[in-house]
Amino acid sequence: MNQNMTWRETLLYRGGAVLLALALTSLVIWVSSPSTPPWEVLGLVFRGAFSTPAQGGLSWKKVADVLVAWIPMLLAAAGLLITFAAGLWNIGVEGQIVMGAVFTTWVLRLMQDSTAPPALALTLALVAGAVGGALWALGVGLLRTYGGVNEIFGGLGLNFVATTVVLWLIFGPWKRPGIGSMSGTEPFPPELHLPTWGDTRLSGVALLIGLGGMALAYVLLKGTSFGLRLKAVGNNPRAARLMGLRPARYMMLAFGLGGALVGLAGSIQVTGVYYRLIPAISSGYGWLGLLVCMLVNFDPTWAPLVALFFAAINIGSIQLPIVLSLDSSLAGVIQGSLVFSFLFTEGLRRLVLQRRARAAAS
Amino acid sequence: MTWDTILTGLAGVVAMATPVVFATLGETLTERAGVINLSVNGTILLAAMGGFAAALTTDNLWLGFGVGMLIGGVVAALLAFTSLSLKQSQIAVGFVLALLTRDLAYYLGNPFVGKQGPRVPVMTLPGLSRIPVLGALLFDHDPLTYLSIVLIFVTWFWVYKTRPGLILQGLGERPAAAYARGANVRLQRYVYTILGGMLVGLAGPTYSLSVKAGWKGTISGLDGIGWIALALTIFGAWNPLRGAVGAYLFALLQWLSLVVQPYLPDVPTQVLQVAPFPLMILTLLLVNIGNTEWMKRTLAGLPPDARHTVARILRAMQVTPPAGLGRAFEEE
Repeated sequence: MNQNMTWRETLLYRGGAVLLALALTSLVIWVSSPSTPPWEVLGLVFRGAFSTPAQGGLSWKKVADVLVAWIPMLLAAAGLLITFAAGLWNIGVEGQIVMGAVFTTWVLRLMQDSTAPPALALTLALVAGAVGGALWALGVGLLRTYGGVNEIFGGLGLNFVATTVVLWLIFGPWKRPGIGSMSGTEPFPPELHLPTWGDTRLSGVALLIGLGGMALAYVLLKGTSFGLRLKAVGNNPRAARLMGLRPARYMMLAFGLGGALVGLAGSIQVTGVYYRLIPAISSGYGWLGLLVCMLVNFDPTWAPLVALFFAAINIGSIQLPIVLSLDSSLAGVIQGSLVFSFLFTEGLRRLVLQRRARAAAS
Repeated sequence: MTWDTILTGLAGVVAMATPVVFATLGETLTERAGVINLSVNGTILLAAMGGFAAALTTDNLWLGFGVGMLIGGVVAALLAFTSLSLKQSQIAVGFVLALLTRDLAYYLGNPFVGKQGPRVPVMTLPGLSRIPVLGALLFDHDPLTYLSIVLIFVTWFWVYKTRPGLILQGLGERPAAAYARGANVRLQRYVYTILGGMLVGLAGPTYSLSVKAGWKGTISGLDGIGWIALALTIFGAWNPLRGAVGAYLFALLQWLSLVVQPYLPDVPTQVLQVAPFPLMILTLLLVNIGNTEWMKRTLAGLPPDARHTVARILRAMQVTPPAGLGRAFEEE
């Protein structure tokens, strides 16, 4: 297609997507509680990301919470951008977060009784998390390249395996003294927590890792020949092979690298958020990372901002059950509607472009 | 364990497989037409919740099932329009819809959590149910189970033994050829996507109004079933009979994991409950590995006797997806 749209028109379609998403969510809110106007509910979600309704005003604690949710989403999205560049649907992202958390917990358990300095223990634990995520992603890669199993199903299967492993660990070998429970393993001592800022839950180290991971993905995909070759393999494996590239090797590299970044997300959930392993350690951040990637059309440029927005929605919706006794899963409805509306308007835009090209040709 | 408890357990397996059969048959039809509907997991949840809410508020079971099928049809229609007409990636749209419908189910279902709702009564078939073993196994269920068994054969007959079924196979295998022979590829893909979606939707109320009656939000235990149905479609090689066999095997595994529990005190119950899911991936590996290059090369290097045996086993399990699956089709 040689014709392009002006930025004004493109902006119009993007705005249309937002309006469509707003309309969809408003409809859902109206169905669930006809007595509360939708804008009141959405306003509460928005304000809830920056302040506590009881006190009002800007709450740094809340802002920090948003950033805490932003970090794993950044890492998940960064890893996914790399696998997407190679043309892979890494649905196994949730399992990779989980295995990152498992490997981190494992190393911390080994180190907590030793005399090693906490900084060393934490560093090793983070590295282990990256390794865990990478190994799990390479599992999906192996299934795809040597097992003929499509990465979507290999990933889904390994997600379930990861969940099984976590449950087995929490209720089996790593159970709390006495009896295992859904509340997770025994918490780690404070010296094995990533240090946080003031009385917030935000850790500077974690934030740096999150931003660093996203920067790495950006530079890799936008500024290196490796990124270019990765995209060549992703766009057309057959042509890439003719150019002398080995698609299977690039896919495995993408899985390994992407998985390592995703695994770090799980690592930080353990060392910086929960301080133990819990069954729902991934908190769905892997799925959200996927949605973020789709919403930015797999281009890293806007990914951090969209991830921040999604994190704000997540934190803001925590107020819903407290204030309006609505379920906080509305966050997922808003995020899902946005991505669906984006795909929808993107389709309309392409249709219009196609019509124009046809009209110009005749 | 007595013979009677085993028989009751196996009858339970047939009942538990019912919704999985519906979903697998629906997805098989859709994918036969060349469309992947990845939204199954969320669709089942939303249909289960919607069907339960409708049946509870109106006290009308029929309406519950109608709403479930309507939800499945609408979600599938959204997928069809966005992917077939607006040419967006089926994987992307399907995946977003899977997440969106799941969260919608949890959000909108919040007020209905834990409520006591209506339940489809058992309809023992007179005469047939008195056949030894088979009677208890197959003819002492609610009408949905009978419907699912009938549908397995109807779908199989439709795909393999009728003229429209032949065209359906063409839609997925060689859409261009089907188009050249006068089939309206896009329209038919719409029809099969929506029809398949309605069957997937039927699985929802089959859970919430029958085999797992009620709505319990995130702990309803339905999250994941849709992904299993998608895997079973592949395991079944897009053949309704083989897919249904997969659904029964899955239900059997779920039951077995409960049965073996007392004998494995060291294994946490939570692990056994999710065990059938990882096993699915193994079966997918088995049915796909025969297609890979290295396996073909390895086979070629084996002595002839071993080669023939291994090749025969692999071929028996091997599946090949419809050639046009997931690909957009341009009509000019």
